[in-house]
Amino acid sequence: MSFPLLTATAALPALGAIATAAVPAARRTAAKWLALLFSLGTLALAVVALVRFEPGGARYQLTESHAWIAEFGVRYELGVDGIGVSLLALTALLVPFVILAGWHDADPLEDARPNRRWRPTQGFFALILAVEAMVILSFEATDVFLFYILFEAMLIPMYFLIGGFGDRAAPAQFAAKAAGAGDEAAATQRSYAAVKFLLYNLAGGLIMLAAVIGLYVVAGTFSLTEIAEARANGSLSMATNTERLLFLGFFFAFAVKAPLWPLHTWLPNAMGEATAPVAVLITAVVDKVGTFAMLRFCLQLFPEASKWATPAILVLALISIVYGALLAVGQRDMKRLIAYASISHFGFIIMGIFAMTSQGQSGATLYMINHGISTAALMLVAGFLISRRGSRLIADYGGVQKVAPVLAGTFLIGGLATLSLPGLSPFVSEFLVLVGTFSRYPVIGVIATLGIVLAALYVLVLYQRTMTGPVKAEIRTMPDLRVRELVVVAPLIALLLFLGVYPKPLTQIVDPAVEHTLSDVQKTDPKPEVEAAR
Amino acid sequence: MENLIAPLIAAPLLGAAVLLCGGRRLDRAGHWIGTVLAGASFVIGVLLFADLLGRGAEDRTLHQHLFSWIPVGSFRADIAFQLDQLSMTFVLLITGVGTLIHIYSIGYMEHDERRRRFFGYLNLFLAAMLLLVLADNYLLLYMGWEGVGLASYLLIGFWQHKPSAATAAKKAFLVNRVGDLGLSIAIMLMFTTFGTFAFGPVLGAAGDASEGKLTAIGLMLLLAACGKSAQVPLQSWLGDAMEGPTPVSALIHAATMVTAGVYLITRSGAIFNGAPDAQLVVVVVGAVTLLFGAIVGCAKDDIKKALAGSTMSQIGYMILAAGLGPIGYVFAIMHLVTHGFFKAGLFLGAGSVMHGMNDEVDMRKYGGLRKYMPVTFVTFGLGYLAIIGFPGLSGFFSKDKIIEAAFAKGGTEGWILGGVALLGAAITAFYMTRVMLMTFFGEERWRGRETASPAEPSAEPAAEERGRHAEPHPHESPKSMTIPMVVLAFGSVFAGGLFSFGDSFVRWLEPVTGYAHGHPPISAAAVTTATVVALVIGVAVAWLMYGRVPVPVTAPRGSLLTRAARRDLLQDDFNHVVLVRGGEHLTRSLVYVDHTLVDGVVNGTAASFGGLSGRLRKLQNGYARSYAVTMFGGTAVLIAATLLMRAV
Repeated sequence: MSFPLLTATAALPALGAIATAAVPAARRTAAKWLALLFSLGTLALAVVALVRFEPGGARYQLTESHAWIAEFGVRYELGVDGIGVSLLALTALLVPFVILAGWHDADPLEDARPNRRWRPTQGFFALILAVEAMVILSFEATDVFLFYILFEAMLIPMYFLIGGFGDRAAPAQFAAKAAGAGDEAAATQRSYAAVKFLLYNLAGGLIMLAAVIGLYVVAGTFSLTEIAEARANGSLSMATNTERLLFLGFFFAFAVKAPLWPLHTWLPNAMGEATAPVAVLITAVVDKVGTFAMLRFCLQLFPEASKWATPAILVLALISIVYGALLAVGQRDMKRLIAYASISHFGFIIMGIFAMTSQGQSGATLYMINHGISTAALMLVAGFLISRRGSRLIADYGGVQKVAPVLAGTFLIGGLATLSLPGLSPFVSEFLVLVGTFSRYPVIGVIATLGIVLAALYVLVLYQRTMTGPVKAEIRTMPDLRVRELVVVAPLIALLLFLGVYPKPLTQIVDPAVEHTLSDVQKTDPKPEVEAAR
Repeated sequence: MENLIAPLIAAPLLGAAVLLCGGRRLDRAGHWIGTVLAGASFVIGVLLFADLLGRGAEDRTLHQHLFSWIPVGSFRADIAFQLDQLSMTFVLLITGVGTLIHIYSIGYMEHDERRRRFFGYLNLFLAAMLLLVLADNYLLLYMGWEGVGLASYLLIGFWQHKPSAATAAKKAFLVNRVGDLGLSIAIMLMFTTFGTFAFGPVLGAAGDASEGKLTAIGLMLLLAACGKSAQVPLQSWLGDAMEGPTPVSALIHAATMVTAGVYLITRSGAIFNGAPDAQLVVVVVGAVTLLFGAIVGCAKDDIKKALAGSTMSQIGYMILAAGLGPIGYVFAIMHLVTHGFFKAGLFLGAGSVMHGMNDEVDMRKYGGLRKYMPVTFVTFGLGYLAIIGFPGLSGFFSKDKIIEAAFAKGGTEGWILGGVALLGAAITAFYMTRVMLMTFFGEERWRGRETASPAEPSAEPAAEERGRHAEPHPHESPKSMTIPMVVLAFGSVFAGGLFSFGDSFVRWLEPVTGYAHGHPPISAAAVTTATVVALVIGVAVAWLMYGRVPVPVTAPRGSLLTRAARRDLLQDDFNHVVLVRGGEHLTRSLVYVDHTLVDGVVNGTAASFGGLSGRLRKLQNGYARSYAVTMFGGTAVLIAATLLMRAV
């Protein structure tokens, strides 16, 4: 038996979570380093998986299969296609940066009572690694039931991450702030956000559970590959209504997680209240499971129903794009602004998936990756900014570029990536999604370009209000980026630039998977007019 | 030789990377690094030019393919370059004027603590602009297109601590984004029509596409051109862009970037040739902007804003010419090049005047400066003569040809366009004479008058420290600033004649753009005579108003048109009421709707399933944990059950 590489990529962070949680209370720093080490080890394994993956090879590679719950035909089945392996790599890549960026986010407050069992730092980093393990395994699962379990289980550590850890100001500013009342209100807000996150996602999950069981009743197995094969060769046919209902059950859960308008309202609360690294974990990593699952499960299991629902989904995606962008423009809180921008971007991803063209779906997959990197860059720098001043309100800043030019510069680059400037990687994916949509649905494609203009508006307004103008008195002594912070941001920026000019390594891996998915739904790209006329 | 195309772009790109990432230790050498790399790019450009001249007219297209950029299915975008006569012309203009302005900036920005960064941005601009004109497909052109937009954003807002500069930068980027939307839709249309967006296949197959598609593509390209080239209705950003340091105004907002729209239309000639309706819209936009900019230019007292109005108007001429088709393309580009010389020269002259006048920009507080700044006066004067089309100077040749071509459009349209172009020539002569008289002639209105807050806070030693109460002491600028002005003045004088000598410019560009000799309904000599008459009228009226009588230091109230023109013909007021206010209301109400309605409805729907809403309300009262625990309990039971199944 060969080395179970995919299991290892999930087992390593899971082990790391346990190890980190077990570190004694006094050895805080050791816990941090341990978590970082495990996340880097996971990244190394992900790189091995990426290298061993053959773009032209079988659809699912590095597969593993073991019996699990034989009574129900539930198997522990893993395998990655090009889409899965790239998202696996994205997750493994982002987590070390999340850990490094959140280095001091969970330090116990100085006035906290010394308590041997009080170990928030250990808990924080253990939870991050636990989320990583489950997200990675969900990108690898080819058994529907296994996927469902992970899809639900990752909510638990996420809940504690959102509800348990909020923004901190640097100690000096923190002391100046009137302690007490404000903190309590913030804690209530945070707990509201965490529960809202949990309820929305659990509601989606419960409906999906019904659909998962329904699918088992119809198909007699949970194996994605078996069902998809049976669907393709016609040995498994579903009644039209059954297929549609099952599709909706799955899609609803994924649309909550993605999130798609109008199921999006939990995201701004969650991202606003969580610390910046956790917000990155939500939007750049966990939410990607939703869009990934649409591509993998909805289209493969229910091709006919997917086509049936396409017009409605495209309209919802279009609303997400424009609505999310407009709301981003109206935000006063920079983290909520980034959250609404993400909603707009998720609209693009879903639009690209359901445009059912190779450009649209390849673009959507690249979009998931690029959005992860660009949002991480922007959000983490925003987090660094917030930690210096202790406020998320845009109006509390002004003139930062004068006192902290490097911070301002990296913030601008993160912003330019968010508005999809050509030369940075998000442009590639956004343009592919647009062109893929336009070639089949010109009107929707044209309206979606509004998102391009609005993105420029919310990004540049945010930059102008925080970074330019006269220097506000409160930030006159604000320090520029520290070495640790620069280590977080610089590689992300380098990656944005590299993948903006040379995305070919990714498209090579993703394209064959997209071809498979398109043949599942029996769609081919429209022919150009001139060629068609000849 | 084609392997030299990439280094042409790489040199300034390297400069930008080094200067922007290099940190403080490069502060002392930064401006030299930037200037040398810009110069290197120019030298490579000249080498390539020499190579092209050595080839036959039909053999002057070089290709360099670097690598495949975005290959997805049938969608293929490459990082690949095409150098032909059209892009070569731009390369020489961009790197030539660019290098001169780098040299000028060494002196002009000497006292700015962020000079290194300024040169980094300038280098970034050069690289992006070169990419724009050297790309061999529309998507790569788009990268350059937005790249110059970014450089323009960074440079307009270079003095970011001034709120007006930051606002102007944002405005420029946003208005340009609206235009960019046109470019992206045009590329998508090309992809669905031709299956590609590389120049060769698209322009080669343009004849096979339906006229409707070509018209749509053409109009979208025009929208893009309107944004970048500040044409009506996307013109409003250019005046505000004068917030940037003056060398930036000269290079980006006069000589090169703003002319990118003309490049785009000329490059896409094959598409426009098959879409007469789109061409008609192009000439209308050009004609309207030509008058719009000229009228605005007449009313401005700020020397840079008067010149900005003029730029808008002159680009209107170019767009008009490009819309005329093969009878106009060549002259659009010829005017673009001569304009690049004299307008850059005029801006550098304006910068030199401001440099010696405590950064004062109000021409009403100038006067009689010719005695104090002789070099600036002479070079600015030559630029002035060139732009108004004084016979024998650059502008005369290029503008005269455009007016001729406008008449040659034929029919009523031809008469209207020709008439507008002539009227524009008269107004140009008027407002430029006004600038000239107010600045260099008349009384010394700055005597005994303190300067207001400095417009360009770091151009002069500690302008802020010197305070707002000093009387200016006009003086000539240092050599590093005057030499570029002298070189550009040479171009302003001789370029037009050189290009027209034996129709050399026409023969040079014809293989790329095509050329048809236009036949105006009146003789060419008559057109030329009319142009000269228009010029004389314009100059005479200006002299009557600003030369014969003293110029009041505070602006008179003026007629309704003057007042409207001072406010840029109310363009900003319109934008503010319709777009800004409307947009603010929209986003504010949406924020409210999202918070109450969408959130409420979704929660409410859920409530009907399980009393969720009531529970959500209780969350605020501390029930959160108990509820969460319940949910966790459920999930835990579920997982435990599945695990148990296995054990059984």
